[in-house]
Amino acid sequence: MTNSTFTRRGVLKTGAVTGAGLALPTIFTSSASAFTNEPTGNTVTFGFNVPQTGPYAEEGLDELRAQELAVEHINGIGDGGMLNTFTSKALDGTGILGKKVQFVTGDTQTKSDAARAAAKSMIEKDGVVMINGGSSSGVAVAVQSLCQEAGIIFMAGLTHSNDTTGKDRKANGFRHFFNAYMSGAALAPVLEKAYGTERRAYHLTADYTWGYTQQESIQSFTEALGWQTVNNVLTPVGAGDFSSYIAPVLNSGADVLILNHYGGDMVNSLTQAVQFGLRDKQVNGKNFEIVVPLYSELMAEGAGENIKGVFGSMNWNWQLQDAGTKAFVQSFGQKYGRPPSNSAHTCYVQTLLYADAVARAGSFNPCAVAEALEGFEFDGMGNGPTLYRAEDHQCFKDVLVMKGAENPTTPFDTLEVVEITPRAQVEYAPNHPMFGGDEASLGQCNSGA
Amino acid sequence: MDAILLQILNGLDKGSAYALIALGLTLIFGTLGVVNFAHGALFMIGAFCAVTMQRILGLSFSQVDPTKTDFLGNPLKVQVPYVESWFGPEVGGAIIDWSVPIAIVMAIPVMIALGFAMERGLIKHFYKRPHADQILVTFGLAIVLQEIVKYFFGANPIQTGAPDMFAGSFDFGVLMGFDPNVIIYPYWRMVYFLFALVIIGGVFAFLQFTTFGMVVRAGMADRETVGLLGIDIDRRFTIMFGLAAAVAGLAGVMYTPILSPNYHMGMDFLVLSFVVVVVGGMGSLPGAVLAGFLLGILQSFASMNEIKSIIPGIDQVIIYLIAIVILLTRPRGLMGRKGVMED
Repeated sequence: MTNSTFTRRGVLKTGAVTGAGLALPTIFTSSASAFTNEPTGNTVTFGFNVPQTGPYAEEGLDELRAQELAVEHINGIGDGGMLNTFTSKALDGTGILGKKVQFVTGDTQTKSDAARAAAKSMIEKDGVVMINGGSSSGVAVAVQSLCQEAGIIFMAGLTHSNDTTGKDRKANGFRHFFNAYMSGAALAPVLEKAYGTERRAYHLTADYTWGYTQQESIQSFTEALGWQTVNNVLTPVGAGDFSSYIAPVLNSGADVLILNHYGGDMVNSLTQAVQFGLRDKQVNGKNFEIVVPLYSELMAEGAGENIKGVFGSMNWNWQLQDAGTKAFVQSFGQKYGRPPSNSAHTCYVQTLLYADAVARAGSFNPCAVAEALEGFEFDGMGNGPTLYRAEDHQCFKDVLVMKGAENPTTPFDTLEVVEITPRAQVEYAPNHPMFGGDEASLGQCNSGA
Repeated sequence: MDAILLQILNGLDKGSAYALIALGLTLIFGTLGVVNFAHGALFMIGAFCAVTMQRILGLSFSQVDPTKTDFLGNPLKVQVPYVESWFGPEVGGAIIDWSVPIAIVMAIPVMIALGFAMERGLIKHFYKRPHADQILVTFGLAIVLQEIVKYFFGANPIQTGAPDMFAGSFDFGVLMGFDPNVIIYPYWRMVYFLFALVIIGGVFAFLQFTTFGMVVRAGMADRETVGLLGIDIDRRFTIMFGLAAAVAGLAGVMYTPILSPNYHMGMDFLVLSFVVVVVGGMGSLPGAVLAGFLLGILQSFASMNEIKSIIPGIDQVIIYLIAIVILLTRPRGLMGRKGVMED
């Protein structure tokens, strides 16, 4: 037999006191906070979620450099960079709404689950008011959805899939980077001019959301030129050796190979295609050509000489000559000794745009910030006059068509700007079928209140 | 027919890499009884020996070119490699161009030394521990090695080209009566295949025709008895670990023009190589080589559009499907010996 000192009355009393004690902070916070992570002290925290390990770690590092620079400029440290050329003058270099900006970082590892875990930790433990960055569409879609649920703003980094602001668009998510549709719209006229209208294209496509939407976009625009699509082969992400996918290309009757690959996959598939001698061959009486619709500087550096003369597209490039670009390149170059990549640029701009929207809204409330960003027109950020469209939270601006440089003098000028495609040429309706059609909706803004 | 021949050729170089890695894995398992999950990292370090050699030969000094400017508008500092300044642009350029084959000279001692250090410094303490412990410690070691490489070389793939002499591809189709451009095969992949054959032949000859090899083979068959005969079998097995590391390293060096090296390339090959070892039969050297080529070729076949259109995604699972079939029908693998890994 055992003796117990517990009594029914005692358990009830203890339970009531403990329950009240546990509920106390929640009662206070719920009445004090109007929205998720409302900053209360004299600082506000941003969360930079970028790949710090894994295959895109170099790109993530460059994004972090730019984000750190943006925070310095917002806080009035350094030369101010693009704040000097930005048409909105709501930021004065004293922080945002009297609060100094600080930041924490998370590691997406370029994996959706790891990225969500890192973002969740920053939101719940560090109290960040927004999440910025990333180098993958799969990650962007996953983190955007998390931010929507948590009631904070997501300023996407490098994400090029149509889905991010298409069928997966969210009221709390905003994308400055261009998308696959825009790549197709910008590239097609240049391809027509260079290679004519009677071409047969063979696509190798990364087997995930970004690959699908890019392939669909490029196929649509090249077929509109009169090109035929011979085949589209899905390739596993991180396949390494693409030879078994490349070898049948020449025998397929195709005279253009379109590589819907990014990062290490693009470096390997392009290098191997060149090794197979594709670019030295003649098919259908024409020179065989390769196209890489989405370029990045870091990728181009990895592919070396193999990209010479290969067309692609970019969101921005440091070689542009506008005042905003010059100010940013000067600022970034002085601090880090190298020019910024286009993923660094988009993360830098997104950080400034968020801060500016808060200043204009006069509040960190995500719904007020979203309202300030929706339909916002600005200039001086390196891409010419730009619109943050209210219907899908996609930025509309000029797009760059690039080509692998024939005689680069440094590792940084391996790509050259062929054409600045005007914004009007890459615009589309918010309910375009490639972007989820009429069913796509932002939903309601969530402030977490 | 032409498509089949094309995929057999494609499978040869991939199979060569699998066979070389699996050969080393089997040597280590057969001699030391250790399941070495760091073997893929040795392949990766071999590849980075080529990158290092490329950087050593490309060591440069800065020369200001007043006619050009850098991205900040300052006079451009042009990098001139020392070898070009010492031997002239032509000879110096050729030396840099041949950096991958030259890297073999560096890779052999580096990999043997690394193999010794790994075996003496860490792995020997795990001989009598369960296989699970060995797997954990070698897997941990692999992660440490790849993070070290990432720290020094970054995460991006690094272009390490073959000598210009081997640029382009050979048209086998014309040789066999097909139309031009139907069966083409890059020269460097042919070099890699032949290189793999030489290495595999060399390892087998070493084990078959030397006294040292005979003792090692005897030790693989019955370690205790060889020890009782007064032979220091442990020392020989340590040397075999170094040899296996060198084989993996050389496989990595020569693979760099095919696959631009990055810090996690070893992991990609490791899992597949383990499947190769299991399919070939644990502890069987000919089995490892046979299974390496077999799986490389079958993986190429599975990538054919005609097959993928019938079974989508087959190219990503074919190796594991074959492993399941082999293990169900021949539980010891293709050429496995009775009693190995069965205690």
